[in-house]
Amino acid sequence: MTAPNPPVFLERRSYRRRRMLDALRLMPLLGLGLFMLPLFWPASVDEAGSPVPMSVAISYVFGAWAVLIVLSALLWALLRRAERAA
Amino acid sequence: MNGAAQLLIGACLADVLLLFAVAFAAERAAARGQVAWLRAPLIYTLSLSIYCTAWTFYGAVGYAARSGMEFVTIYLGPSLVMIGWWWGLRKLVRVARAQRVTSVADLLSARFGKSNALALMVTVMAVIGVTPYIALQLQSVSESFAIFTGATSQPGSGFWVALGLAIFTLLFGTRNLNANERHDGIVMAIAVEAVVKLLALLAVGAFVVWGLSGGIGPMLERIDASPIGTWSMDRSRWAALTLVSAAAFLCLPRMFQVLVVENEDERHIRFAAWAFPIYLALMSLFVVPIAVVGLDLLPAGANPDLFVLSVPLAEGQTGLAVLSFLGGFSSATSMVIVATLALSTMVSNHVVMPIWLSTQTEGASQSGDVRNVVILARRLSVLCIIGLGYLYYRISGGSAALAAIGLISFAGVAQFLPAMMGGLFWRGATRLGALAGLTCGFALWTYCSLLPSFGPGGVLPVAWFAEGPAGLGWLRPTALFGIEGVDPTVHAIVWSLSFNVLAFVAVSLVTFPRPLERLGGAQFVNVEEEAQRGPGWRAPAGTADDLMIMAQRILGAAEAQALFRDAARAQGLPGHLPEPDPRFLARLERELAASVGAATAHAMMGQMAGGAAVSVEDLLAVADESAQLLETTTQLEAKSAELTRTAAQLRDANAKLTQLSAQKDAFLSQVSHELRTPMTSIRSFSEILRDEASLTAAEKTKYASIIHTEAIRLTRLLDDLLDLSVLENGQVSLNIADGRLGDVLDAAVTTAEAGTPGPLTIRRRRVEEGVDLCTDLDRLGQVFLNLITNAQKYCDAPAPALEIRVVHGPHGDEVHFADNGTPIPPAAHGAIFEKFARIEPSGGQGAGLGLAICREIMGRLGGDITYLPGPSGNRFVVRLPQARALAAQ
Repeated sequence: MTAPNPPVFLERRSYRRRRMLDALRLMPLLGLGLFMLPLFWPASVDEAGSPVPMSVAISYVFGAWAVLIVLSALLWALLRRAERAA
Repeated sequence: MNGAAQLLIGACLADVLLLFAVAFAAERAAARGQVAWLRAPLIYTLSLSIYCTAWTFYGAVGYAARSGMEFVTIYLGPSLVMIGWWWGLRKLVRVARAQRVTSVADLLSARFGKSNALALMVTVMAVIGVTPYIALQLQSVSESFAIFTGATSQPGSGFWVALGLAIFTLLFGTRNLNANERHDGIVMAIAVEAVVKLLALLAVGAFVVWGLSGGIGPMLERIDASPIGTWSMDRSRWAALTLVSAAAFLCLPRMFQVLVVENEDERHIRFAAWAFPIYLALMSLFVVPIAVVGLDLLPAGANPDLFVLSVPLAEGQTGLAVLSFLGGFSSATSMVIVATLALSTMVSNHVVMPIWLSTQTEGASQSGDVRNVVILARRLSVLCIIGLGYLYYRISGGSAALAAIGLISFAGVAQFLPAMMGGLFWRGATRLGALAGLTCGFALWTYCSLLPSFGPGGVLPVAWFAEGPAGLGWLRPTALFGIEGVDPTVHAIVWSLSFNVLAFVAVSLVTFPRPLERLGGAQFVNVEEEAQRGPGWRAPAGTADDLMIMAQRILGAAEAQALFRDAARAQGLPGHLPEPDPRFLARLERELAASVGAATAHAMMGQMAGGAAVSVEDLLAVADESAQLLETTTQLEAKSAELTRTAAQLRDANAKLTQLSAQKDAFLSQVSHELRTPMTSIRSFSEILRDEASLTAAEKTKYASIIHTEAIRLTRLLDDLLDLSVLENGQVSLNIADGRLGDVLDAAVTTAEAGTPGPLTIRRRRVEEGVDLCTDLDRLGQVFLNLITNAQKYCDAPAPALEIRVVHGPHGDEVHFADNGTPIPPAAHGAIFEKFARIEPSGGQGAGLGLAICREIMGRLGGDITYLPGPSGNRFVVRLPQARALAAQ
C-alpha cells in the first residue's frame, strides 16, 4: 500500500475492530431470527403443510445454537487479538 | 431402608463434604490473596449455571416428554441475552460496581432516589416469587430420594436437606458484612456443582444415546417414531417463554447475585458471552433423547420428571443413577444456597434494618453494634427463607402445582425488568413510575398466574374463572378483557408485562423526579460515558515515551514530568515513566483537557492510546501548534501582568513622594522651631550684654553662661541632625571591630554617670554579658548611652532604677533596658522612634532625635531596637546584630 499525501484517517485495523463490535451488537437480532424461525413451522399435525419431524427440529435448534456460539466466540477472539495488536 | 438408600445418603454426604471443603479452601486461598484462579472467567461462567436448577435438571426431561421442544425456550432466552446483550450486562455490572449495589432491590432503590419503599416492594415480590421455587428444589430432592427407596415420598429428607443448606449458607454466605464483596467459597462451590450436574446429565445422555439406542442415527429415528416425534408447538408460548426466561435470567435474585454482584471483572462477561451458551446447549442436548427413551422403556404411569433417574435405574445402572441423583442434588443445593443468600441480603437490608433503625431512638450513627445487627439480621433472614421454603413444601405436600411454579416464578420476577431497563437507559424514569409499573405488573401476575395456579376453587372461587368476579366477565383471571383462548401462561405474561410497562412509562412521563432520582438517572444512564472517560483507554506498553512528549508540549515540561512521576510512583514503579494503564490515561486526558479542551484531549488520547489512527508525528505537530499558541498567550499574560505591576509601583512611588514631601515640610518646620528657641535666648542675652552697661560681673557671667549653654544645645542639635542625616542617607562608614558586650556596656554606663551623676541605680548581670561582638562598637555604645541617659532624664520613680539584662532569644541576643518610671502612654508607642518625638509630660531638654538615631544605627548594624510596654516601667530591647555576632563566634 502506498501512502498518499492526505493520510488515511482510519487505520484498517481499528476500522475492522469497530465493525467487529458492530457485528457483536447485532448478534441478538441474528439469534432472534434463528430462534424464532420455528414459528413458521406448522404448529401441529392438523395445520396445513408437511409436519416437521422432531429430529429435524432438534438438529435445527442445536445447529442454530452452535452457529451463534461459534460466531460469537470467533468475533470475541478476533476482537481480543485486534486489541492486543493495537 | 435398603442398600441403595444408604449408598445415596453416603453419596450426598460426600457431595456436601466436598462442597464444604471446596468452599473452605477457596475462602482460605482468597484470604491468602491467591485469587487469580478463583476469579477466572471460567469460574464466573460456571457459577452462572445456578440458572439450571433441579427444575431444569429433572423437569426439562419431563417437560420434553409432555410438550416436545418447548423446554428449550427456557435455555434460549438466557443464551440470547449472553450472546447478544453483553453490552447491556456490562453496563449493569458497571452501574452495580459504581453504586456498590447488592441486589435487584438495591439497584432499583439506588436508581430511583434511594427509595426504600421500592426496595421493600421488590423484596416482598422476590420472596413471594422465589420461596415456592426453593420448595420445588426440596421437593425434587425428596422425590428423587423416594425413587431409590421405593417409597412414594420422603418428606423427612427435605428437612435434612434444608437444614444442611441453611448451615452452609450461614457459614459461607453471611461471613462478611459487605454484601458487595465476593463470596469466593460459595462461587467456587457452585462452580464445582455446575461441573457435577453437567457431567451427570451428559453421562445419562450418552448412556441413553449410545448405550440404549445404538448411536446418533438410530436415536434420531427413535425420536421421530416416538409420541413427541413431530414438531408441535403453541407459537405464542414459544415466543413468550423465550422472552420471559431472558427477563428472568436478568431479574432472578440469584442470577443477579452471580451475574452482577459476584462479578469481579467485567471482561469475564466476554468469555461467558459464548461459554455460558455452550453450557446451556450441553445441558439441553440430551433432554429429548432421555425423554423419548423414558417414554419408550418405562410403564405409562411413570413420572416423566424423574426419567433422568428412573431410566438408568430401570436398566440396572445404579452407579449412573447415583451420579444422576448427585447432579440433581447439586442443582438443588446450589440454587437454594445462592437464592437464599440473595434474598437474605435483600430482606435484611430493606426490611429488617429499616425497622430496626426506626426503633433506635439514637439513630445508627452512634451505636457501634450496627455491624453485628446486620449480620444477625442476615443470618435470621437465611433461616427464615429456607424455613419458609420448607414450610411451603410441606403445606403444598409436593402437589403437582409445584411443577408449574418454575414458570410462574419466572413471570413474577420478570416484572422487575421494565423498571430495571428503564432505570438503566432512560433518564426520564421516575420512582413513582417504577412503583406504578411494579404494582400493576405484580398485581396482574398474582391475579392471572399465581392465584389460578392453586386451581379453580383453590384460592379464587370457581365462579370467577367461568363468569369473572361479581359476574364481570372481562375480569376473568384467565381471559382478561374477554380475550379467550390464550394459553394461561402467555396470557399472564403478556398482560402483566404490558400493563407494567404502560404504567411505568405513563407515570414516569407525568411525574417529576426528585433531585436524588435525577442524580441517580444521570449516574446510571451515563455510566458508560463515565467509564469511557475513566478506564476507557487501552494503550500498548511502551507508548509512555510518546505520551510524555505530547504531555510536555501541552502541559509544560515541569508539570508533565511531575504528573508522570507521580503516576509512576502511584503504580509502584521506579523512574519517571508510568505504565499507560487506563487509570493513568484517564487522568492524563483530564489534565490535557484542562489545557486544550475536553474534545481535543479526548480525540488526542483516542488517537494516541486507542489505535493510533493518526500517526504520532501528526499528533506531535498538533501538540506543537497548541504549545506555540499557549506560549504566545502566556507571554501576553506575563506582559500584561508586568504592566499592571509597574503601574502599581508607580502609584506607590507617587504616594511615597507625596508623603515624603509632607514629612520634609514637617521636619523643616520642627527644625526651625528647635533652632529658634536657643537662638532667641542667645540673641536676647547677647543684646543685654551689649546694651546694658550697668551689669554686675556676676550678672555678666550668668548671662554669658546661659548663652554658652544654649550654644552647646544648638551645637548638639546640629550634631544630631547631621548624624541622623548621615545615617539616613547611608553615607555612614562603619568601623567594624571585635569586642565584648560587657566592655561596650561598661563604657556607656561610665560615660553616662560621668556626664550627669544622678540618683539612677543601674543593675547589671555581668555573667550574661560575655557575648562576643563584631560590629561598630562605638555606634553600639552610642545606642546604649542614649538609652541610659534617657532613663536618667525621664525616669520619674522615687528611687529610679535601670536594669540591664542580656537575653538569648530565638532571633539572636537581646539587651533589655528596663526602668521603673511611668510607662509611656499606649497612644504614644507608635511615635517613640520618630524624629522630634517627645513625650509631653516629661518636658523636653532633648530634641527628640536620640531614639530616632538609635533606630537608624541599629538598622545600619543589622539589628534593631524596639519598645516593650510593661506593667511598671518601660523596656527597650536592643537586638544585637546576629550575623556579625555569629561571625565572631
